[in-house]
This record gives sequence, C-alpha cells and structure tokens, in this order.
Amino acid sequence: MTMIFGVPAAAFFGQLLLGLINGAFYALLSLGLAIIFGLLKIINFAHGAQYMLGAFAAYLLLNLLGINYWAALFLAPLIVGIIGALIERYLLRRITHIDHIYGLLLTFGLALIIQGLFTNLFGVSGNRYPVPSELSGGINLGFMFLPFYRGWIVAIAVVVCIAVWFLIEKTKLGGYLRAGTENPALMQAFGINVPLLVTLTYGFGVALAAFAGVLAAPIYSVAPGMGANLLIVVFAVVVIGGMGSIMGAIVTGLAMGIVEGLTKVYYPEASNTVIFLVMIFVLLLRPAGLFGKEA
Amino acid sequence: MKLIKKVLTAAVATAMTAGAAQAAITDNEVRIGYLADMSGTYRDLAGPNGLEALRMAVEDFGGTVKGKKVVVMSADDRNSPDVASSTVRQWLDSDKVDMVAGLVASSVTIAATKVLNGSDAIGLVNGSAASSITNEHCTPNHIHWAYDTYPLANSTASAIVAEGGKSWFLVTADYAFGHSLENDVRTVVEREGGKIVDTVRHPLATSDFSSYILQAQASGAQVVGFANAGGDTVNSVITAGEFGLAQSGQTVAALLFFLTDVHALGVQTAQGIQLVTGWYWDKDKDARAWSDKFYKRTNARPSMVHAGIYSSTMHYLKAVEATGSDNAKVVRAEMAKNKVNDMFTKGGYIREDGRMVHDMYLAQVKTPAESKNEWDLYKIVRTIPADGAFRPLSESKCSLVKK
Amino acid sequence: MAMTETTKARVSAVQESKKAANRRRIMIYLALLAVALIAPFLAYPVFLMKILCFALFACAFNLVLGYTGLLSFGHAAFLATGGYFTGYLLSQHAVTPEVGILVGTLAAIILGTFFGLLSIRRQGIYFAMITLALAQLVFFFYLQADFTGGEDGMQGVPRGYLFGFIDLENNLSMYYFVLAVFLIGFMLIQRTIHSPFGQVLKAIRENEPRATSLGYNVDAYKLVAFVISAGLAGLAGSTKTVVFQLASLNDAHWHMSGEVILMTLVGGVGTLVGPIVGATFVLTLTHQLAQSALGDWVNVILGVVFVACVMAFRAGIVGELQKFAKKNFK
Repeated sequence: MTMIFGVPAAAFFGQLLLGLINGAFYALLSLGLAIIFGLLKIINFAHGAQYMLGAFAAYLLLNLLGINYWAALFLAPLIVGIIGALIERYLLRRITHIDHIYGLLLTFGLALIIQGLFTNLFGVSGNRYPVPSELSGGINLGFMFLPFYRGWIVAIAVVVCIAVWFLIEKTKLGGYLRAGTENPALMQAFGINVPLLVTLTYGFGVALAAFAGVLAAPIYSVAPGMGANLLIVVFAVVVIGGMGSIMGAIVTGLAMGIVEGLTKVYYPEASNTVIFLVMIFVLLLRPAGLFGKEA
Repeated sequence: MKLIKKVLTAAVATAMTAGAAQAAITDNEVRIGYLADMSGTYRDLAGPNGLEALRMAVEDFGGTVKGKKVVVMSADDRNSPDVASSTVRQWLDSDKVDMVAGLVASSVTIAATKVLNGSDAIGLVNGSAASSITNEHCTPNHIHWAYDTYPLANSTASAIVAEGGKSWFLVTADYAFGHSLENDVRTVVEREGGKIVDTVRHPLATSDFSSYILQAQASGAQVVGFANAGGDTVNSVITAGEFGLAQSGQTVAALLFFLTDVHALGVQTAQGIQLVTGWYWDKDKDARAWSDKFYKRTNARPSMVHAGIYSSTMHYLKAVEATGSDNAKVVRAEMAKNKVNDMFTKGGYIREDGRMVHDMYLAQVKTPAESKNEWDLYKIVRTIPADGAFRPLSESKCSLVKK
Repeated sequence: MAMTETTKARVSAVQESKKAANRRRIMIYLALLAVALIAPFLAYPVFLMKILCFALFACAFNLVLGYTGLLSFGHAAFLATGGYFTGYLLSQHAVTPEVGILVGTLAAIILGTFFGLLSIRRQGIYFAMITLALAQLVFFFYLQADFTGGEDGMQGVPRGYLFGFIDLENNLSMYYFVLAVFLIGFMLIQRTIHSPFGQVLKAIRENEPRATSLGYNVDAYKLVAFVISAGLAGLAGSTKTVVFQLASLNDAHWHMSGEVILMTLVGGVGTLVGPIVGATFVLTLTHQLAQSALGDWVNVILGVVFVACVMAFRAGIVGELQKFAKKNFK
C-alpha cells in the first residue's frame, strides 16, 4: 500500500476530501462575517447564534408546519435574515459612529440572549433533523464512502460562495455597496438610500449564516450551543484571510478546513487549536492577513 | 458597638450548636442545597428537572422530619469549580445547609466535596460520572449514588467482547473523563482476550466527527467505541450512521450515553446501540409509577440522575428521621446501615468509600418498530448484579478503605 | 515673560480646584477603604474575596483597554497562569502562600512579555485576535499538561500559613490578606496612571502618530503597560487560587476573557474605580441570580446587561455617574 506521511494513501485522500467539505462550510460562514465586516465594519459576534437560528428555523418549519428541507433552504435564511435586518435597524445603526469594539460587544450580548432563550426553550441535548430522502445514502469512491449529502454541501457551498463574490465584486449593486460604506455622504447625494443598503447587507450576511445552519441541520445535532464553538474558529478564518476580503474568506475557509482535517489525522488533540497557531504566524508575517490590504 | 455585639452573639451561638450538633436537628430545620448546572452544557443531565425530583422527595416525605421543616434551596453552578466552592462554603457557613444534592461536572463535584470534607454536612452526588469521586477523591462526607464510569465502561465492553467484538477502535474525548473511560475499556478488552486497534482523541465540543469516523472505518476494527459525552456522543452517533458504520459490519458502542442523548437522537438513528444504565424509567412497576408522577410535573421522563436524586434524598431523610440528627457522621452511618429498597433499586448498599452499590442494566436502544412512543427507548438486555458492577474495594485508592 | 494678575489668579484657581478634586478623591478612597475594612462583618467573606480578586483582574485589564486603548482578548491566560503556578507550588512544594503568589505573578509577567512582544505592534481587532489566539494556545497547553488535572482542575490546594505563621484557613485573616494584595495592586495602577509614564500612555491613546513624532518609543510604552497588566492579572489569579484552594480550566477559557471585558465595560472603561464597581456588580448579579428561581435565565440576563450597556450606558456605571456629577454640580 502506498503511504503518505505514515498514513495509507487512500485514507489520506479521504481525509483531504473531508477537510475540503468542512472547509466549504467554514467558507460559507466566514463569507457572511467578511461581508458584514467589510461593508459595515461591524464585528458580528452573533454569527454563531444566527447559524444556530438557521438550523432551528429549519427544524421548526419541518416539525410545526411540515415544510420540507428544500423549502427551508430558502425560507429559513429569509426569516433569520429579516431578524438580522431588524437588529441592524434598531440596535446596530445607533452605534455605527463609535468605536467598532462596541459593535463586537453588542453582538456578543445578543448571542448570549439568543442562546440562553433557546436553551431554556429546547434544552441542551439537541434535536434530530433528517437527511432529505433525495440525498440519503452515498457512494463508494474506492478510497472512502462518501454520503451524498456531504457531496451536496461542498457543491452548493462553493456555488453560493462564488455567486456572492461575483455579486459584490463584479456587479453594479456590489459597487454601490462598496462605495456606500466608503463615502456614504456622496452616495446619498447620488440619490441612493445608503442606510437601507446597510440594513439589507447585514441581513444578507446573517442569512448566509442561517443558510449554513440549514445545511448543517441534517448532519449535526440541532442544539442551542452548536454555533458557540464554531464562532471563534470562523473568526480566525476571517482574520487569516484578511478582514473584509471576500475572496480571502472563501480561499482561507477551504484551506483551513484542509489544515484542520489533516491535524485530525496526525495530532487530533490539537485540531481546535491549529487554526490559532496559523493565525499567529500569518499575522506576524502579513499583519493585514493573506488577502487584506495594509491600512 | 452593635457590630461587635452581633459578632459575639454569632460566636456564642456557633459554640453552643457545635456541642449539641451530634444529637439533634440543628437550627430547627433540615436544609438541603441543590447545586447543579441550570443554564449550561450539562443542564439536561440534572438541571431544573433534578430540582423537581428533589422537591418530589421532600413532598413525599411529608415536608417535615420529626416536626422540623425540610427547606430546599438551589444554585446554578455555572460549571465552575470556583462557584461550586464558594456556594458550598457559604451554604455551610451562613445558611447552615445539612445536605448538598445534584453535583454534576466532575470539577464542580470535587471542589464541593473538598469543602464538605470535615464539615457537618453531607453531599449526595448523582450527576457526576467520574469514578475517581469515590476513589482518590473520596471523603467521609459524600456518597456517590446513581452511576459512575467504571460499570459503564466495564459492563459495556465485556458484554460486547463476549458477543465476539474482539478488536476495538476508540474515539475518546481529550478530557480526564475520556481518558479514564478509555483506560477502563482497555483493561477489560485486553483481559478478555480482545485488543484496542487504535484510539483517537478529539477536543471537547468538536462539531464534525467525520474524520474520526473515517479513521475508525479504515481501521477495520469490529467495534467502534465512543468514550465521550453529551453533544459529542450525539454528533458521533449521527456521523456514524451517516457513514454507514453498521452497514459495513462495525458495532457502535457508546460508553457514556444518557436517556436524554438517546431522546435527542431518536430511535431511527440510535437503534441497536448497547449501553449501560443505572436505572430506566420503564424497568419495573415501581419505576414506572414514580416516573408517571415525574412526567406529570416536568413533561419529560426521568433519567437515572433524576431518579437517583429522588432515591438518595429519600434515603437521607429516612436516616435523619431514624437518628433525630442532621449531623453528617451520624446520618452517613445510619444510611450505610440500611439497604436501599425503593423505586431506584432493591438491596442497594453504601460502601465505606461512599459508593452506593446497586444493580446496573445492560440496555439496547429499541428499533423504530419496537418503540411505542418518544420515551419508549430502551429494552433491558440483562441485569448486571450489584456485586460485580462497581470498582472492587481491593483496587481502591480511597483512604477510607481499610486494607 | 511676566504673568498678568488675572492669569496668575486663573492659574491659582485652577490649582485650587485641582487640589479640591484631589482632596475629594482621597476622601472617596478613604470611605471605600473603611467599607472594605468592615465588610467581612456585614457580608460573606469568601464572596468578598472573590470580588476583590476579580476587581483586581478587571483593573489590570482596564490598564490596557482604558489607558492604552488596546482590547486584549487573551487576559484569561494570565489569570490562569498565576493560578496554576501558585497552586502547583503550594500543593507540591509546600511553599508559603506569599512565595507561591510571587512566583505565580512572575510567571504571568514572563508570559505577558512574550504575548506583548508578539502582539503590541498590532492594533484594534488584530490585537484582539492575536491575543485571543495566543491565549488559545495557552489553554491547549494547560489542557494537555498533567499537573493541571485537566477538566477536574487542580483541587485541594492548601491555603497554608502566611509568612509561615498567619493561618489563612481563617477566613478573616485570609480576607485582610486579599484586601492588602488588592490595595497594593490598585496603588500600583493608580501610581502608573498618574506618573509621567501614564501621561505618555494617555498621549498615545489620544494621538499615536503625534506621540511618535514627539520622539516617544510608542511600542515600548505600550509593552510596559501590557506587562504590568499581565502581572497584575496573574496576581489576581494567584490570590484567587489561594482563596478557593483550586485552579481550573475555566480560568483559561476565552469566556473568562469575555467576562472581564463585561465587568470593565459595566463599571466604566478608563475610570480608576469603574472596574471595581463593574466586578462587584456582575458577580453580585450572577451570584444572586444563580441562587434565585431565575437561575436558568442568567445567561439571557447577562446578555441584556451587555446590550443595555452598549446602547444606553456606554460610559459604564462610574462613567455615567461622573458625567452626571459634572453636569449637575459644576
């Protein structure tokens, strides 16, 4: 058997693929964070809680209203995105003029409230969301068994990431957004409703988190604490990629998934820590992150 | 002046009660403090429903012992040993608490029992899993009731090895309880002629287990054992199902698996998994009758922890009544003198190291066809007799055990 | 240049009001000290000691956030380091408590220097993230190391005899010792802020490029402030370990770094007594909630406090009071 660094080649490729799948997940989550930071300069510490809300929204849609996975994939992000827009409109907007640290603290407080409420309502043990029947089962790739659903995650996540990147970097709407945050007065003068644009952008970033939550629901337990631990990892991804860089978030998300995946093979105890080690090295060598611009 | 007077009276009062402590119920009340995680990760294990079980015991006892009122107070430990230590200290010093119940995270329990050690109050531990609580951390001031890791690891492992599962792959939480579960399993499996092919240690609160499941699959081991807890176990089992471990002929064993975890997973995902439990709500008539009452109050079926809280509190109150004292030493001796015969167990007894020894049960999660409702989750495969279930005293590191 | 009479009068008036402010400040300190001295007879001493330890921790944190404008998200690492080193020495090498605490503090200073050297050139969110990352590595180390006891924690640490003869098992002697430690830490911070060194820190916070152009080595000043802060956080952790007789992973977790931010924010960032008030408020609130029927709502309520602080009381309790006093008593 061919060996790669002491691991059979087949197993090695299997782990690489799984890492990539998790990376697609990180990319989706950090994309939302990066958009919110890049355009609003808000450090959204409620992102983990909003991801959890997405998963719970799907769960409740199914169990209370009988709405299936495919509809939830669209509806849950919409609902949670609207909640996000309301948060921006009534809370975050009032503190845009002060130090960004306060945005971080505010969203941290919101996360505590949301998670606490769900813990009291649903307990901590979690709930099961079934894999949609169209995607149950899997395929034997020779070097590993790949559940169809995992394949679906990586495909849809990459498609969404690229679409969002295109929307923001290449379209007129994206141009307005970027200009609107850099020079709101000028954009306002051109007759563009900048505050509305900002509200919608935050709502969109939150909706991306909720979308990731719906994707996660069938493979993880739907529990109030599901986003809390993911949050600081995703944060690290955004910082490594360069705060606010859309491409940086996507590429770093995929790369960190692979780094973490390989750590799970060679030194699993450190798999939650390795990203922080990478972050320290990156920030020492490139203070603005891999894709960030120096201030 | 007033202040000095206050301090002096307090000092005199303490001196007087200390003399009378052995013989009577102090402060004219029996005070019980319930310390558990009410808001965090271990909330479902004991939490608010455990407090309800405690209240049920007090009510069923009549609310008074020898005419003295039984008072219940509670505190959230926030899973912090600091909070546990300061709360229990305050309960002892200011509130004159006589018994501390609940006690979940091992760090919390150890901190609490260190404070209780040498005091007049006793701790009845139900939530914690660590067998070290009655081993190297034993004190004369606490009793460990519902279960611990030793029978969970031992009995599950030996049952599966006996069925032919000789080679094991362990997915272990990289935490002290995970390591201790892993060691217990290793001992049993190797003693009975099997072997541990490989182990992988994951950080606590990992969200994605697919990498570990793939490693377990590639190892070719007959049995994949999960030496983790709570959300980690739930996610491990989900991923094992997703990657079809059972279809590829591997047996899944969860070593620390609670009713709440199985309930969260549902029988569709968890079916067929073998586990060991200290109690099951549907195990006999007495258990069913009590859990019906519990269900009416909480809208949930009790876990072994909830039942243990009720059982241990009842046994404690009986001892207080019999001796007319709430002093830890006196009550502890009385509790050990009498067997535990109730809805929890028949013929249970308390050892000198503080372990309440009782029958354990090897259970299997029902299939969707067998399960009649959302809480109809286990079938009891067999009873593990009390005497072989827990760590033998001959292996004990507890200083209270006379060698 | 000769001063006119009016300017002279104005200068002396300013000096007078400064003197009056100083006198007022001293009066406040003396009143607080008096409260602290009789407090153990009115409230439960172990809880008071907890407040003092966390107040010192929050004051140390505030030295960095409030006086140099750097948000550290890794201060838990120093608290835990102080605690573990002290706990280890007390239980394994039977040293006296003051030696244990000194070594614990020293360990935190060394770690703080290392953190500072790596992070001090970064600003804003990057500084926060790099301190968080370093603290995560420290958490990992304590999780893996054998001497910490993993999640069971390091338990049963003896309080021992201070200087070899004062029995700290007695809660009152323990309390006055903790109070003394706290006062030393607080005085050190007070002296630092009001020294020329502190003035330079303030100048850096207000306008960093200007301070640089005036010839100050800005990074060196920030580093010294950071190391002092780390050392005091370590001192708080060491003392806490002696009080509770345990050290645990909770102290190293990033939630602890978040909690100290909350305390400082609630009390008032950049005010001297704000962190003390904040620590007292947050600990009393959680303590009361934990023991009440609202026990399971504690996280929700903490979240509401966070949001309310940011939205309405950004200056914190002490800061808002100062604003109120300025407006109404001028």
